[in-house]
Formats: sequence, structure tokens, C-alpha cells
Amino acid sequence: MKRLFLFLPLIVAVAVGVFLFAGIGKDPTRLESVLIGKPVPEFSLESLNDPERRLDTSLLKGEVSLLNVWAEWCPSCWDEHKYLMHLSKDKGVRIVGLNYKDEREAAFRFLNQLGNPYETIIFDPKGKLGFDLGVYGAPETFVIDADGVVRYRHVGVVNQKVWEQELLPVINKAKGNS
Amino acid sequence: MRRFPILLFALFALSFTVQAEVKDVYDFDTRAEEQRYQNLIAELRCPKCQNNNIADSNSAISQDMRDEVYRMMKNGASNEEIVDALVSRFGEFVQYKPPVDRRTILLWAFPAIAVIGGFLVVVGVVMRSRRREQQGETLSQEDKRKAERILAGESDESAKG
Amino acid sequence: MYPELGQLALILALLLAVLLSVVPLVGALTGRDSLQAFARPLASGMFVFTGLAFAILAHAFLVDDFSVAYVANNSNSMLPWYYKFSAVWGGHEGSLLLWALMLSGWTLAVTIFSRKLPSVMISQVLSVLGMIAVGFFLFVIITSNPFDRLLPNIPADGRDLNPLLQDIGLIMHPPMLYMGYVGFSVAFAFAIAALINGRLDAAWARWSRPWTTVAWAFLTVGIALGSWWAYYELGWGGWWFWDPVENASLLPWLSGTALMHSLAVTEKRGVFKSWTVLLAIVSFALSLLGTFLVRSGVLTSVHAFASDPERGSFLLMLLGITVVASLVLYAFRAPVVHVRSRYGSLSREVFLLFNNVLLVSATALVGIGTLYPLVLDYLEMGKLSIGEPFFNTTFSPLAVATGLLLGVGIFSRWKKTDGGWLARKLLWPLALSTAITAAVMIGYGGFTPWAFLGVFAAVWVTVATFWDLWDKSSSRNGRLYGLRRQSRSYWGMVLGHLGVAMVMAGATIVSNYGIERDVRMQPGDSAMVGDYRIVFTDIGQREGPNYTSEYGSFDVYLDGKQVSELHPEKRNYTVGMSMMTEADIDAGLFRDVFVAIGERISDEAWAIRVQYKPLVRWLWLGALVMALGGFLAIADKRYRIRVSKEKEAKVIQPDASGKTAEVTS
Repeated sequence: MKRLFLFLPLIVAVAVGVFLFAGIGKDPTRLESVLIGKPVPEFSLESLNDPERRLDTSLLKGEVSLLNVWAEWCPSCWDEHKYLMHLSKDKGVRIVGLNYKDEREAAFRFLNQLGNPYETIIFDPKGKLGFDLGVYGAPETFVIDADGVVRYRHVGVVNQKVWEQELLPVINKAKGNS
Repeated sequence: MRRFPILLFALFALSFTVQAEVKDVYDFDTRAEEQRYQNLIAELRCPKCQNNNIADSNSAISQDMRDEVYRMMKNGASNEEIVDALVSRFGEFVQYKPPVDRRTILLWAFPAIAVIGGFLVVVGVVMRSRRREQQGETLSQEDKRKAERILAGESDESAKG
Repeated sequence: MYPELGQLALILALLLAVLLSVVPLVGALTGRDSLQAFARPLASGMFVFTGLAFAILAHAFLVDDFSVAYVANNSNSMLPWYYKFSAVWGGHEGSLLLWALMLSGWTLAVTIFSRKLPSVMISQVLSVLGMIAVGFFLFVIITSNPFDRLLPNIPADGRDLNPLLQDIGLIMHPPMLYMGYVGFSVAFAFAIAALINGRLDAAWARWSRPWTTVAWAFLTVGIALGSWWAYYELGWGGWWFWDPVENASLLPWLSGTALMHSLAVTEKRGVFKSWTVLLAIVSFALSLLGTFLVRSGVLTSVHAFASDPERGSFLLMLLGITVVASLVLYAFRAPVVHVRSRYGSLSREVFLLFNNVLLVSATALVGIGTLYPLVLDYLEMGKLSIGEPFFNTTFSPLAVATGLLLGVGIFSRWKKTDGGWLARKLLWPLALSTAITAAVMIGYGGFTPWAFLGVFAAVWVTVATFWDLWDKSSSRNGRLYGLRRQSRSYWGMVLGHLGVAMVMAGATIVSNYGIERDVRMQPGDSAMVGDYRIVFTDIGQREGPNYTSEYGSFDVYLDGKQVSELHPEKRNYTVGMSMMTEADIDAGLFRDVFVAIGERISDEAWAIRVQYKPLVRWLWLGALVMALGGFLAIADKRYRIRVSKEKEAKVIQPDASGKTAEVTS
């Protein structure tokens, strides 16, 4: 009987080993968005192109769209932009831009140089909407369904792999539901 | 007594060196409030750093979070409300103090369980040793044989059973 | 050419390690002296070749050989030479080579200091150490070779050593830490050897003790260095963050402390052998776990090396094989026979058992708290963070309880302590401790329950230790004689316990009475922190050997008198383009005043962090005192008794089954 107790440490060690093994290769800094399943937080911000026009959550209702958080000062945003252009022009994906903590001039410079895939761009110089969305580092891309509910959040660059494996399935599901 | 005027003059001169107290980077009415702020920002985690609280991190998001904590404190929010507000945006990840729920009850209860359990084991061990003592010192047959073997000069008795 | 020689040296070391694992063990199991005799020369050879590899790597750094990838990634021509040397262990590959070097060194030390042990036992111990060495050499050669070359495109210059590591504290911290981690492998090897040959007796405990104590002492120093370094280097005035990597070093320390105490009981009274063996295995397993956690990327930490799944898997396999094999051996071979030893309910044995309960609970607590987020994530129950608030709430009671128990346990006797006698003995020390604690509370100007408990525990331990010292040193020939008469082992214990008290006092006082402020200052402003006035006099530019900096000047006043002048900096390291905050500290035995420069708020104004830290130095001084106690204890006479000629003759040769008779001295 006592002998059985002596096997306890071994069992504990093996259990710990299983958890450790599962953890290898995972990125501990990837955070899932808490907003999944919740509507986009209320906001009232200017449009980048037209300071007179005020935008709010109705912008994101009516069709399934991508909300891409970007800024001129963010190096990875320069990398992913070409693919966003492809998604918008060639695949007809509706992309709404969220210009995060940027200056108008810088943003325009960026768009003039790399092109504009966005149907509309929300100008968020203080990062308020970004903060409410739980953005912690650009670029980030959200999938919003036709009811303005957040379905998915991807942190980092959007490329073909991310599109095919992560975003497209969510978009299709969102389209199927509505 | 002669020193008095010098003393007076010194105090007078010193009074010019007393400077206005600086403002905190965030302004608080009392030291207690300031302490409360320091404690709060030490308990909140920077979402993008390699394990820093927002007090020690220079990242933009930490700055934003500190601003939000300050803003909410000024609006009279309680600690719980402030933490909840940040958790609702960034997730449970940003709380360094794990919530007490079904998942973490084992975690929080562990020290008590371990110590009490260990205590019971020790008590059991001690009682068993005492019972053996009370059972007297007559050797069992097996022990008698063992004793004979030892006396005959073979392996010592504390080898494994 | 040299780096290739270095690689060759490593391979040779590996081969010798393989031989070391096999040959002496075979000799021990078959009783062949000739094979056992190979152990010593093999261990020496392993050390020589590992040392050679290390020397070659160091040479590559010192001559700026950027064809070696590891040098190019961690060094730079502008780096001062002493940092070029310490950069050898600044990255993953080199630090593992340091690990391997230390392992070889400890193995060699075992051969040197164990000439009086039976050859069979020593052969088994060395073989086990050899097996561990094989694992590490394989890991280095296969996944983490420091000698990989960047040919043919040799970079013009290196990427520079991380500025955080360009510092004396960080030079010393890994070697001390590794001495501790690796040192526990010796206790582990003794335990495994004992399980293999079935000789688990008081002699085994006696021989394991000094090795365990010295490893523990080094680990104490290593952890203290890390804490001290973080305090002055990271710019935030914190000294312990419950970061996973920090916890990884605390785990073997806690279980090692339990092991040290458990070995004392097993040596003295021959009881709890099974438990002690388990602790020896667990302590080393925790050292390996720490090594794994730091390098695998499984947990997020500021301290972690760059993570690599391949390395993580290899290390986990190494860890897994070692732990599973040793625990299986333990499960089958650990003794279950109850030793017929009697001890009373208040005997020293029982107090030490309780000590173990608390320390092992603390170990398990830290381990669970560290790994829990991983488990929850695996079970898809969310991404939680477990940090300081949790550990402070749960760990502090255990620490206080341990302190309280310590004080009482000091007065206990082996085998039996009379309850009434003990209670009477405790009355005056209790009263004195309460009085002193109250005085301290009043002195620092505030009472909180936790502050009281922490200080009381520290004072209680101190009073009890000195009380016992007083009791023991009473002698007809005078007090001084009585004191000198105490063994080094006893003095080691005294220092060890006083050290613990100092650490508890420092931790409690600085946590409860320290003041931290973030203030907006421009030159000319002054800020109050506690009773100290900090005046910001100037800020300007300055150049260092490999950085430029914003150099601030602050005057510190107490009661109107200037106490010191401080110069915190914000350094910009030109090569790595990284920004570092260098705080400046007015250090004192009873308090530190800490100033660091934060963000620039405007053209004129800066965010300045000013802190008052009472008794913070006691944390690290206490740790040093603890370690000193450990080193003193192993210098005790009993480990240095010369075996006389007659006694040698009495040693009976081991028979074929590996069972020996007496162990002399």
C-alpha cells in the first residue's frame, strides 16, 4: 500500500510533463479578444478623408467586413498593406480602416505611397476606439459581421496564410449566418 | 543665547530654499490616493510586454492604460470597477490577481490544503511512532532472526526491506 | 581554426561522459575494481575538455572573432573587455556551455573530496553525474552549438551584448546560480546511487549533506544577486516580481532548504529516509525544470532567452528521461520498512518534519502558481495571469509560519522535548520579541497586521537564535570559551537562521513602509519622499564607451542637510539602438533613496521616479549571511577527520553484490 504512494511523484511529474509539452511552440503572447461575440463599442470619430463626416458603429453594419487597425509609424503595416490591396481590389473584401494614433499628414503619405484599400477610414488620433477594442499593438484586423458584432481578431500581419486559414473561414460563417 | 540671532537668520535664509512641492505625474489629492494608484498599476499587466506590470512598462498601451486608471479614479470609480473596465477590453490576462472562480478555487485553496494535509500526515506519523513505542519492546520472531544475522556479522540492518 | 577545436573538445568531452556513465557503473555492479578505477581519470578528462571548449569560446570573444555566430550575436568591438568575457554566458548557447563546465567541475570535485568513500558508491555517483553530463553535451552539440560559424559572410561587427547584461551583477548572477543548480545534481547522484545499491543509511545522509549545503549556499547567492541586480538596473526599484523565471530559481531553493533540514534528521536519527531521497530527486528535477522554463518559451518572461521549439522539446525530453527514470527507480527501490525509532511529539525530528511541510507546501505553491496559466490554457479555460498579488497573499503566511516555527524549534531537543519545559522556555523570548516588534512598528510609524507578523517572525527568529546561543555557550571557563567551543556546524546554523530573519525583516519593512512616487520635475524643482527632499538640479548629455546618455543631477536632503548627490541616466546604446534607464541610488544599511528618470513630458519637464526604501539592503545582506552560514557549516571538523592507518585496515572490501560494510569516519 505504501508502495503505491511512492508512485505518486511519478504520476505528478508525468502530468506536468504533458502540460509543458503542450506549451512548446505556442505563442504565450497571443491574446484572444474578449470582444468576440460582442458588438463593436460605440464610438463617434471623424473620417480620415473628410473631417466633416462623423462615423459611428452604423458604419460597420449591413455587410461583413474587415476592420484593419493601422498606422504610418507601424512598420508591419507597411508589410501587410500590399495584401490588403489585393483583398480589397481583387477579392472585393470590404475593408474599413482604423487609423490608430496617427497624424493626418502621415496617414495620407502612407496611402499615397501604398494605395488605399479601405472603403472608409476612421481617424482615431488618440486611440480611443482602439483602446475600447482592446488593441494592444498594430496591425490588428477584426472580422465584423453584418450586425456589427465582432467575430474574430487577428494580431499581426495579414497575409495569404492568415487570410485562408483564419479570416476567410470566419467570414464565410458570418455570411452564412446572416 | 548669542546664537539666537544666527539661528533666526539661518531659518529665515532656509525658508527661501523651501520650494513648492512638485506635482505628481498624475495629480492626486492625498497621498493615500496616490498610493492606491501605485498599487493598482502594479497589479495590472501590460498586454504586449514580456511580463511587466503597467507601472514598469514604457509601452504606449501601458501609458494608455495608466491614463485610463487615473481617469477612472478621478471619476470616483472603485478598484473593482477599474479592473473590470480594463478586463472587459483586454481580457483576464491583464489582471495579475487571478479571479476566484471555479477554475481557480484549487489554486487559491492550495496553501491551506497543503499545510493542513501535511500537518495531518505528520500527526499520523508521530502517533504511529508513539503507538509502536507503547507496544513494548519485545522483538518479533523475524526481528530476532535479523538480530542474530547482524550479530553474526552480515549486512547492516538498515538496508532496504 | 580555433572554434573547430572547441567543437572537437566538446565532442571529446561527450565521449568521456559516455564512458563515465557506463564503465564505473558496470564496475560497481559487477564488483570489478579495475573498471571502477576509471571513474576518476574520466571525470578529470571530461573537465579538461569542457574547460578547453570554454576557454576557446572566451578567446573568440576576446579577439572579436565574428565568424563565430554566437560571438557576432552577443558581442561588439566597442564592448569593454570584461563584458566581452561575461558575454560568453550572455546568450543561450554559451550559458549552456557554462552549465556543462560547472557540471564537469562538480563531478571532478566529487572525485577529489570523496577519497574516503567506498569505491563502489563513488563509482555509481560519478556514473550518474556522467549520464547527466551526456544529456547536456548532446543538447549543446546537437541544438545549441556555440561554435557555429557564419562563413563565408563574416559580419564586420557584432550585434552587441544586450545593455541590460553589461553589468557586474549580471556577470556574477548566472555562474552563482548555475553552481547552485548543478550542485544539486550531486545530491541527486548520491540519492540515485543509494537507490541502486540499496544502501540508504545515515552514512549516505552524512555524505550528501555538505554537497547539498554548498549547492544551496551558491543558489542563495545567485538568487540574491539576481534580485539586487533587478533592483538597481531595471530602474523601477522592484526586487522580486514573481516572474516565472525568478520562480524557477526559487523552486529548487525552497526544496533544497527542505532537503538540507531533512538530511539533518536522516543523518542524526536515521529516519525519514524515503522522504529525503525523494527531496533530493525533486530538487534536482526542479533545477532542470528551471533550465527548461527559461529556454523553451513556454512561459512569458523578461528574463527568458530567445525561445526555440526544437530546443524546448530536446530539453523537455532530457528533463523527462531524468525525472521519470529516477522516480521509477524511487518507486521500486525506496525503503518502506519502518525504522524502529521513537520520537516524541515535540521532538526536534517532528519540528523539522513540520519545517518540511511548510517548505514543501511553499515549493508546491510557487510551482503551481507558475504553471497554472499553462494548464488552464491547455484545457482551453482561458488565459490567466498569476502574479504578485496572488503570491504575496499566499506565500507570506507560509513564510511567517516558518519563521514562527523556527523560533520554537530551535529550543527543541532530539528524541523528546518536554512540553511544559518548552513552553516555559519560550515565555521570555516571546515577551522580548513582542516588545522589540512593537518598538519597530512605532519607529517606522505605522501598524498593519502583515507588517506586524512579518517583523515579529523576523525578530522572533533572531531572539530565539541568540537565546539558544547564550544557553549553549555558558561554560565554566567563560563565555568566550563557550562560544568558541561551538562547532562550525552550529555557527553555520546560527548564521543561516539569522540570515533568514534579516531577509524577512527587509522584505516586510520595505514592502510596508517604502514609498514610491512618480513626479513631474524640471530643473529647479524638488520633491518629498518620506523625510527626504530630492532636488532636481540639472540634466545634460554625456557619452560613455558604447552609449550616449541624458545625465541628470539630483541633490538629496534630510532635515535640511545634504545627504548625497545622485546621477541617474537614460542611456542610448548606439549599436543595439536600445534605451536603458540607469537609476542612481543613495545606498545605506538602513535605507536606500532611489531616483530614476522616466519619460520626457515636455521640453523642460521629465517624469521622475523617486523612492524611499527602508531596510532593502537587508534582503541581500541577509542572503549573504545565509550563504556564509552554509559555507561555514561544511567547514565543520567532522567532514575533515583524517582516517588513521588503523581505521583504514578495518575497512572490509566490498563483495560482489556491491554491499560494503563499514564506512570509516
